[in-house]
Amino acid sequence: MTAPIASGPPESARPDPALSGLRTAADQVPVVAFSDVSIAFAGPPVLSDITFSLAPGETRILLGPAGVGKSVLLKLANGLLRPDQGSIRLFGQEITAMPERDLFPLRTRIGMVFQEGALFDSLTVRNNVAYQLIQEHVGDEEIDVRVREALTFVGLEETFSMFPSSLSGGMRRRVAIARAFINHPDFLLYDSPTGGLDPVTSTTIIELIVKERDVHHTPSLLVTHRLQDAFTLCSHRFDIEQGRMVPLPKGQTDHTTTFMMLEEGRLIFDGSLHDLIHSQNPFVQEFLE
Amino acid sequence: MALNRIEQTAKSIVLTVQDYSLFAWRAFMNLYSEPRYWADYLIQADIIGVGSTAIVLLSGFFTGGVLALQSAATLSQFGATAVTGQFVSITMIRELGPVLSGIMVAGRNASSMASELGSMVVTEQIDAMRALGVDPMRKLVTPRIFACISMLFFLTIVADAFGIVGGGAVTVFLNHQNGTQYFSKAWESLRYPDIIQGLVKPLFSGYIIASVGCFYGLRTTGGTQGVGRSTIQAVVNSSVLIILVDFLLTRVLLAFFPPL
Repeated sequence: MTAPIASGPPESARPDPALSGLRTAADQVPVVAFSDVSIAFAGPPVLSDITFSLAPGETRILLGPAGVGKSVLLKLANGLLRPDQGSIRLFGQEITAMPERDLFPLRTRIGMVFQEGALFDSLTVRNNVAYQLIQEHVGDEEIDVRVREALTFVGLEETFSMFPSSLSGGMRRRVAIARAFINHPDFLLYDSPTGGLDPVTSTTIIELIVKERDVHHTPSLLVTHRLQDAFTLCSHRFDIEQGRMVPLPKGQTDHTTTFMMLEEGRLIFDGSLHDLIHSQNPFVQEFLE
Repeated sequence: MALNRIEQTAKSIVLTVQDYSLFAWRAFMNLYSEPRYWADYLIQADIIGVGSTAIVLLSGFFTGGVLALQSAATLSQFGATAVTGQFVSITMIRELGPVLSGIMVAGRNASSMASELGSMVVTEQIDAMRALGVDPMRKLVTPRIFACISMLFFLTIVADAFGIVGGGAVTVFLNHQNGTQYFSKAWESLRYPDIIQGLVKPLFSGYIIASVGCFYGLRTTGGTQGVGRSTIQAVVNSSVLIILVDFLLTRVLLAFFPPL
């Protein structure tokens, strides 16, 4: 028995003016829109009939246990994988059958943070973060300035000349975030950015994501199986004056942040935090407990 | 049951050949359109060319030496030790130089390409590259293929030259024959068709080494164990292909340049 999938956050979940901004944005072209998307790899389907869309300025958290197809969904969103059926529209363009060479320019508008960082071992942190800028033949001086800016954003200025092998897991993840942020992307994809990290480092990473959300309002799709991170994202905002993440007043949540949940390759929930907490779906309830 | 297995194996082989053909064609055609990564070409040319010089030089030298040792024993039965130089130079330039250099470079570089790219696949670096808007085929494969082709051409010349020198050293110091006679015979007996035959082959071998190495590297699955498997497949298949293509090329080239 599954609860009906909400087409978007209900009215009751969005009582404040922030809602009107989001809804206006929602009327615009979605950043990414999945329609009946399914994919399988030599076996049963990994994802079945996935339908959702992400509005500009929205942050969607994709929840679900390990191995349920969350990372696959993320890779479908920027065309790293192709669906067996259904359609995916990215920035309003149909990418399902788009040739790879046409996808490359679209991908330069997207920042992606991989599960383990996926930094290039043979390059320094500077060259990793500047990878896209180097390909675009940006001048060395400008690259240095922008890399330092991005590393300052993630609090790792001192790693400029280091190699990824000499960084800790959390530092590698933050460098990966700097690499994703440096070109001011129009869309961000986070694949379990806090997976396998200690609670303190996880909070640092979540703070960076909240900062990007509240400072640049970049739409994003975030995969996690850690409820604690998801709730922190929803219950905090970034205070620019204090330069840190602060909790929202009791009872308030960030209305640009919504949730989806996968179970055995199917989307069983799509809605706000309020809907999630009050969902009657047994799997959602069990997951929350 | 057994029939099913045979059918599956046959299908898998055909599919691999089809995938490889498409892969090799795309990698080659990338040279004719932007973007081209010349800096990566130079880096790979250094790794493949300069890095392989020592092993190619040594294998060439000692192969030439062995040829001189073996041939002198046989040729002396017919009183023809004077043609040792001719025997060594033609054998090295037409056949052993290109094939041995190809196999040595395959052992060193096809393995390194497969393991490097395979590690990048399993650590999601290839996906990260694609996500950053860079085509791994253009950035990683095409420069390696053209670096390997051009460097193997020159490495074969090095192997040929040191093979003849090795043969000369054995002739003079071990067989106690006349060195001038050896080198003049080695030089006089050479014709342009011999050199063309010897220098066409590394162009094909270089293409095989890099394309097979990159192909198996980029289709790695199954973590670090998969990287090891890809490396073995790359070395074995590229070495076998080099010998097979060498045979076919020799057959074709002999039709164009028949022996006197």
